[in-house]
Amino acid sequence: MSLCADQLAFSWRRRPVLDGISLCLQPGEVVALLGANGAGKSTLLRLLLGLLQPDAGTVSLAGRPLGSWCQRDIARQLAYVPQVHVTPFPYSVREVVLLGRLPASGLFRSPSRDDHACTEQALAHLGIAHLAARPYSEISGGERQLALIARALAQGARLLVMDEPATGLDYGHQLRLLERLGALAAEGYGVLMTTHHPDHALHAAHRVLLLRQGRIEADGPPHRVVTSDNIHRLYGVAVAAVQAADGATIAFRPAGWSAA
Amino acid sequence: MNPHGSAADASGPGRALLPGLGLLLAGAMFLSLALGRYPLPPQEVAGFFFAQLGWHDLAPERQALLHNLIVDIRLPRVLAAVLVGAALSISGAAYQAVFRNPLVSPGLLGVLAGAASGAALGLVFSGNWWIMQLAAFLMGGLAVLIGVGIAALFGGSVVMLVLGGIISGALFTAILSLVKYVADPYNQLPAIVYWLMGSLASADLKDIGRLAIPMLCGTLVLASLGRALDALSMGDDEARTLGVPVAFVRYGVIGAATLISALTVSLAGMIGWVGLLVPHVARLLTGPGNARLLPASACLGGIFLLLADGIARNLGTTEIPIGIVTELLGIPAFLLVLHRARRGWVG
Repeated sequence: MSLCADQLAFSWRRRPVLDGISLCLQPGEVVALLGANGAGKSTLLRLLLGLLQPDAGTVSLAGRPLGSWCQRDIARQLAYVPQVHVTPFPYSVREVVLLGRLPASGLFRSPSRDDHACTEQALAHLGIAHLAARPYSEISGGERQLALIARALAQGARLLVMDEPATGLDYGHQLRLLERLGALAAEGYGVLMTTHHPDHALHAAHRVLLLRQGRIEADGPPHRVVTSDNIHRLYGVAVAAVQAADGATIAFRPAGWSAA
Repeated sequence: MNPHGSAADASGPGRALLPGLGLLLAGAMFLSLALGRYPLPPQEVAGFFFAQLGWHDLAPERQALLHNLIVDIRLPRVLAAVLVGAALSISGAAYQAVFRNPLVSPGLLGVLAGAASGAALGLVFSGNWWIMQLAAFLMGGLAVLIGVGIAALFGGSVVMLVLGGIISGALFTAILSLVKYVADPYNQLPAIVYWLMGSLASADLKDIGRLAIPMLCGTLVLASLGRALDALSMGDDEARTLGVPVAFVRYGVIGAATLISALTVSLAGMIGWVGLLVPHVARLLTGPGNARLLPASACLGGIFLLLADGIARNLGTTEIPIGIVTELLGIPAFLLVLHRARRGWVG
């Protein structure tokens, strides 16, 4: 079971947004996608989820082109975890997670005992069982992100596509979230996430993709991809790597700022 | 707080809510048959129905009188009240879910004004009953299209949709005025004016029979799409990745809600507030989950309109148009709901 893109191209209003994109997401790994604003990260996620059709190239899930799957079957293998949002109505956290059972039960059946059991399990797995009855619109951003991940697990999907999961979370929630993603990968889930933080890619991912001007410029292990040179190419800022005693990069600091 | 007992769970006491509302609706219908200018004791109404079924004997002349009172006079109004109340309320709840906006209703989206101008046009220019219904539905749909179109043009926010609906409603109110202006002032104009004030008095069993089929179908379609609407209120992309056919659900819901709310206009004129108020009251009872909210709204809407009709019929010596009663009842009730529900609203 893997999600692969082969030579994807996509243009919007005759302007090429993505070109020649090839990548693969396997179970058991966290893959971070780094790119500047406007690099095409969101478009790429939407292509991978089958929400947009590429102009050229194919996305395939478990070796079969996405177009040959029905949306409901895709949903049982591949889940979308959007950026934290608010709902217009005060759904409880449990109701939000229960929506993850829609692909299994279908639109017209009311949730079965199994669906409820699956929901409780997903809530417990993410450590938010105590929030189940709280309105989703009233919990913190970090808790909402966990609820959305729980919904993805309730779907039964093994591959998660996450749009900037750390955005809007405080520092503690960010680190706990990344740790959680690592734990999910260890259990065999595959996670593809976009991020604006090179540090997150460096520390939490098994593999990092660089997206620049609609192309994948690098795809490899974090210490090879997340370098000060690449950060300069991606964001146009000069940074210096801070290294640990063993020579591994642990952080970046802006070049020219003195570490007084 | 009990961690496993939110109002939204379909377990514990919450499970009895929908059957309870159904029973309450049946009880309200029964009581409405007993109440009126000539009040009947409830046991006499029950006795009449048993006699109709042949389980009980009544004097023939008494039976004939009761038949006239209960079946010919009161039953059409009771059925019309339930149909109209249920249709306006469930379509209000469905519009709120599909537009992700707790402030819309058939009235606020301009559907009622559109349907009224369509039906009035049909009345003035053709007089054919089927053409009136069709014109009501088409103009109601056009009103939604214009309201949503205006909102989309200006960014599509919650407030813009309300404003778009107000503009669309104003347009069709103007068209309605124009139709009234050209209508024959001795016959057509008073008919249009009294009918649009909202009244269940002119409903006859034949019209109700013909309109009940599409209205019940539309109501069932909406009630069956509750879970899909929950997914839709998370956003289009999320709903699609949850396996929901978004376009099908969205246009199906808008079509069904517009159809049934437009048909309420030809059955009973313009009855305001119900489609906005009842879904909010129902949401306080069931929580926001549409699978329970939609049927609960339909039941509560029927009960609310029976209550309003009871007041309209029984308060004075002459009948007050029910549209006026729902507005008078609706405003304080809505202020109360607003006060309680404000916290859960965002945007």
